[in-house]
Amino acid sequence: MEIAVISGKGGTGKSSISAAFATLDGMIVLADCDVDAANLYLLFNPTHEEETVYTGGHKAVINIEKCSNCGICKDYCRFDSISLLNGRINISEISCDGCFLCYRICPEEAITMIRNDKSRMYSGTFRNGKMVYGRLAPGEENSGKLVNLVREKSKQIAEENNLKTIILDGPPGIGCAVISTITGVDKVVIVTEPTISGLSDLERTVEVIKKFNLPAYVIINKYDLNQSVSEQISDWCRQNVITIAGMLPFEKDVTRAMVESISITEFNPDLIISKKIKSIWNQITSQER
Amino acid sequence: MMKIAIASGKGGTGKTFVATNIFRTLLKNNYNAMLVDCDAEAPNSAAFFDIRLLGQSEVTQLVPVINTGNCTFCGKCHEYCNYNAIFILPPMKIISVIEDLCHGCGACLAACKFDAITEKSVSLGTVNQYSNNCKPSILEARMNIGVMSPVPVIKAAIKQIDNLADIVILDAPPGTSCPFIQTVAPADFVILVTEPTPFGLSDLRQSVETLKTMNKSFGVIINRAGIGDNKVQEYLYHEEITLLLEIPFKKEIAETYSTGKLVADADSFFEQQLLAVIKDISETWK
Repeated sequence: MEIAVISGKGGTGKSSISAAFATLDGMIVLADCDVDAANLYLLFNPTHEEETVYTGGHKAVINIEKCSNCGICKDYCRFDSISLLNGRINISEISCDGCFLCYRICPEEAITMIRNDKSRMYSGTFRNGKMVYGRLAPGEENSGKLVNLVREKSKQIAEENNLKTIILDGPPGIGCAVISTITGVDKVVIVTEPTISGLSDLERTVEVIKKFNLPAYVIINKYDLNQSVSEQISDWCRQNVITIAGMLPFEKDVTRAMVESISITEFNPDLIISKKIKSIWNQITSQER
Repeated sequence: MMKIAIASGKGGTGKTFVATNIFRTLLKNNYNAMLVDCDAEAPNSAAFFDIRLLGQSEVTQLVPVINTGNCTFCGKCHEYCNYNAIFILPPMKIISVIEDLCHGCGACLAACKFDAITEKSVSLGTVNQYSNNCKPSILEARMNIGVMSPVPVIKAAIKQIDNLADIVILDAPPGTSCPFIQTVAPADFVILVTEPTPFGLSDLRQSVETLKTMNKSFGVIINRAGIGDNKVQEYLYHEEITLLLEIPFKKEIAETYSTGKLVADADSFFEQQLLAVIKDISETWK
């Protein structure tokens, strides 16, 4: 069973809650799909068993010796990446989308396409099973593809080690990396917080999930920071027939646990928040989809 | 005109909190300021202000439409497409466009020698222009739900910044990938907002490395100071990175923010601190 933990808004507690889920019972596969800001390895210090190079998108580079500055590439480029600077063709690495069109149409064959090979995927063992995580090189796009790679690897490892559960810690937002994280999973957990931004991002996230027809569970984290907004979120979920799996109180020890590189449930299983996380997990995993 | 981007590797460290409060502070102190919400996947800045929608422009992309009458199923368009957005089975005379994968580059159009490809435009999102106190001052990039990349909408919003404002605050999306780069690229200075936790530090390091390769001037604001450890402060000291401000963790701040109110309105000390940060940045920029 694959369970994805996401949230439209960043910093609502996705990773802390994923980490707690990962250390509750038995052995699991934990996949950090937030390839843009992978953090779970900090808590679990997994062994480095395998490293895979992920080559991302291409960037066009001009060879000024061959270029006749005819400007055809500039006319064809739809990403505003090619300009004439002092009569010379200049390609902006930042806005280049890597479509290859300039490379194909250049009459002087003065354009080459280069690939960034700084992104990586790692897999290894941690105290509660196996872990897979990706690290996207700065400035890269196509993070959805790296997420797909992380998920394929997780499934392969789960099969090899006969592990039944895969927990996917997702990225923030609602773009391609999130869509890659939730496509085809069994259940989605959305972590939100009682702020107006939290509610607005929850609404957008739920719209994305609806397109995939996935069973979704909402966790309102730090619900006591604003009880009335928490109520508003609960009402909204009820109106939209979305299960509220639970509300977690604000707990300073969550950060203390992070500083000590353990999950909150490992830090102190007797805290109210730890018990609630356990009951939420039991509820989510016991229900048939 | 000076452009300041507010960014962070990690989500939820307080980018929007800092951006909206700095913007309010600038307006209260009679600066000619503009706020641009570039977090197109999850835009939230405008909700903190008493605003009116002035205008809305749609951001579109072209996708190919194949006229199978003219198509010879030669496969050239499929070969030119670097995004696997054209599916073709020549023996079966099947060809179709997978619009979700298309980036609108126009390569297929350039490839086709048989006039079998035309284009239609599809919506990716909107750029919304709002007025605050009767003055056009907020731009919001808002990506449509289901669209893969926020980058075209972010680019469109940045293009709409007019030269009328003296200071532009860009509220960036989280991370260090393409959407982040697009937002910080036009900025003269970047404020990185972080929190003093291991996750905050790890993501801060990545943001710092990225900004260094881009040769950007930047400084750091530590939000929720006191909740974790002192490793972020130690890192900044070691790397000789400017610590612009530490905002202490207070439940009152979290409560004020959660209801959509601005702390700079209630706390004049905080307002003065933000003003000092902007003055510092303006000095270095000159």
